[in-house]
Amino acid sequence: MNSLGILQSIKMALRSIQSNKLRSALTMLGMIIGVSSVIVLVSIAQGSAKNVTSQINQLGTNLLTINTFGTDLTLTEDKINVLSKLNGVKALSPVVSGRVNVKKDRTTSQVTLTGTNADYSKVRDTKVSNGRFINDLDIEYRQKIAVIGSETASTFFGAENPVGHYIQIEGTSFKVVGVLVSKGSSLGQSGDNVVIVPLSTGQRLVKSTSINQVYLQGKSEDQMDFVMNEVEMAMASMYPGKSDSYSVTNQQDIMDTMSSVSSTMTMMLGGIASISLLVGGIGIMNIMLVSVSERTKEIGIRKAIGAKRRDVLLQFLIEAVVLSGVGGLIGILAGVGIGKILSSILSLTVSFTSSVMLLSFLFSLAVGVVFGVFPANKASKLNPIQALRYE
Amino acid sequence: MVRPIIQISNLMKTYKLGGETVHALNNVSLEIEKGEFLAIIGPSGSGKSTLMNMIGCLDRPNAGKYLLDGKDIGKMNDNQLATIRNQKIGFIFQNFNLLTKLTALENVELPMLYRGVPAKERRERALAGLSKVGLKERAGHLPTQLSGGQQQRVAIARALVGNPAILLADEPTGALDSKTSKEILQVMKELNELGHTIVLITHDLAIAKEARRMVSIQDGQLQENGGELIGNFAIY
Repeated sequence: MNSLGILQSIKMALRSIQSNKLRSALTMLGMIIGVSSVIVLVSIAQGSAKNVTSQINQLGTNLLTINTFGTDLTLTEDKINVLSKLNGVKALSPVVSGRVNVKKDRTTSQVTLTGTNADYSKVRDTKVSNGRFINDLDIEYRQKIAVIGSETASTFFGAENPVGHYIQIEGTSFKVVGVLVSKGSSLGQSGDNVVIVPLSTGQRLVKSTSINQVYLQGKSEDQMDFVMNEVEMAMASMYPGKSDSYSVTNQQDIMDTMSSVSSTMTMMLGGIASISLLVGGIGIMNIMLVSVSERTKEIGIRKAIGAKRRDVLLQFLIEAVVLSGVGGLIGILAGVGIGKILSSILSLTVSFTSSVMLLSFLFSLAVGVVFGVFPANKASKLNPIQALRYE
Repeated sequence: MVRPIIQISNLMKTYKLGGETVHALNNVSLEIEKGEFLAIIGPSGSGKSTLMNMIGCLDRPNAGKYLLDGKDIGKMNDNQLATIRNQKIGFIFQNFNLLTKLTALENVELPMLYRGVPAKERRERALAGLSKVGLKERAGHLPTQLSGGQQQRVAIARALVGNPAILLADEPTGALDSKTSKEILQVMKELNELGHTIVLITHDLAIAKEARRMVSIQDGQLQENGGELIGNFAIY
């Protein structure tokens, strides 16, 4: 073998970087800023996407919703029974809803009322923190009981335990049997300022027997398209020619829309940050060009002594790649650090993924290669006679 | 019969300089035997730098033939020339041309680095080379921490370390005072006595006379024994 080893080339590059510390640090700064901004921005975008996904999942998993509009279509109990017997449907919960006045002592408030069955708890993933949820007997006996949201509970009872106490809904006295776990607001709906009553009593309260919404839970996530089809077919056969009066929506659809929005956002932010990586790369090219002309004499000596074109090319290329690679590594650390600080100061959800880190590191290496090739090639092509004469 | 180590026949090299063609080398022929100590003398602009670049395989001729150790240099590409320079030629320059950021030892290691010699052997041979020129204890010094004479000794060690066929010295004493010059010339004489082939290029007759054989170059033409430079024209 008659050439310089890669390891030796890397050693040489490290030496030359060391001997020019300030300049190397400033060159790396471009890469550091580029890589860290990619990581920070992409992590924030992914964090918010994760946030939205978990908010949607709070509404219940594997959820299908049937909404009815207008008056020419009434979902009745027997029709709903047909739906609940469909193959892929695990649980089903009809809902009547409306706004009602709730009063206790001197406090009055408008609250969203939901009249539903026992399965609602399962289908919509609502848990009780205190007391119990509605059960089937409550519906059968038209019990005047209510499960209230955590915000409603604090409005009317403050820190007191509401279970066992009474509230007035539209003038009728209801016994509170349970308080829901706080869900926070999701997609503009407060999930905490609610009153849930048995379906039968709910129908009486909103003075309507028509069920305007049915939630269905599928058996498994990958069956959702199939279940959706089943439900649509069943609805079409029960209400021929009235497909405009109801809609069946799949939660997965909302999720897909949301994730496509957030992935577009991630791409955009990542793209903007990548521009700074490019700028950093141009900085490296600049410095390497300066370095080549500064070290013309050195190149001449090396060539006279027997360095081949490849040896000189590799030396400068490796220098560029080491600069950009080390910059990239520091950038990753800085990016993670800044992300952590931002997430604690601005209480943002930040999600770091190793693939983004790896990708931006590889990208920074690639930038080093791309922008290092031109100066390195220039160095390797120098004529040794002229280079030796250069002062 | 022993083949000469350098066989140059009818070498031509022309440059275009401001639209005019300059014959830097005009029909130059030269043979150098192994173990010789040859001085090439000529004033500036005579073509001696061009000749040195040719002998040193830094440049290729336009016409003519140059055989170094039996290999035709004119037919080689850049990479092959680099290999030849690395293996066959040891350069000693006027201004030493050491790499300023490397220590004396690393400078001496450099030719072996490009030859792919393993690190340990490289180090040993470089140290041996430095002790040959009496600078073993200065191995860790940077060139800027050495005197001119010491720097040139390091350069000689670097030239020798690859065990080249010829040592090519271009005004090796040009940047040194007369006392140090004598020392350096003494080192070169000793090396010649050890069997190294040395080609010394200079414009200084006193130095050229130290060599065992002298040729002169004027206007791109070579003459044995100093020729008319020393005789009628009496530049020197």
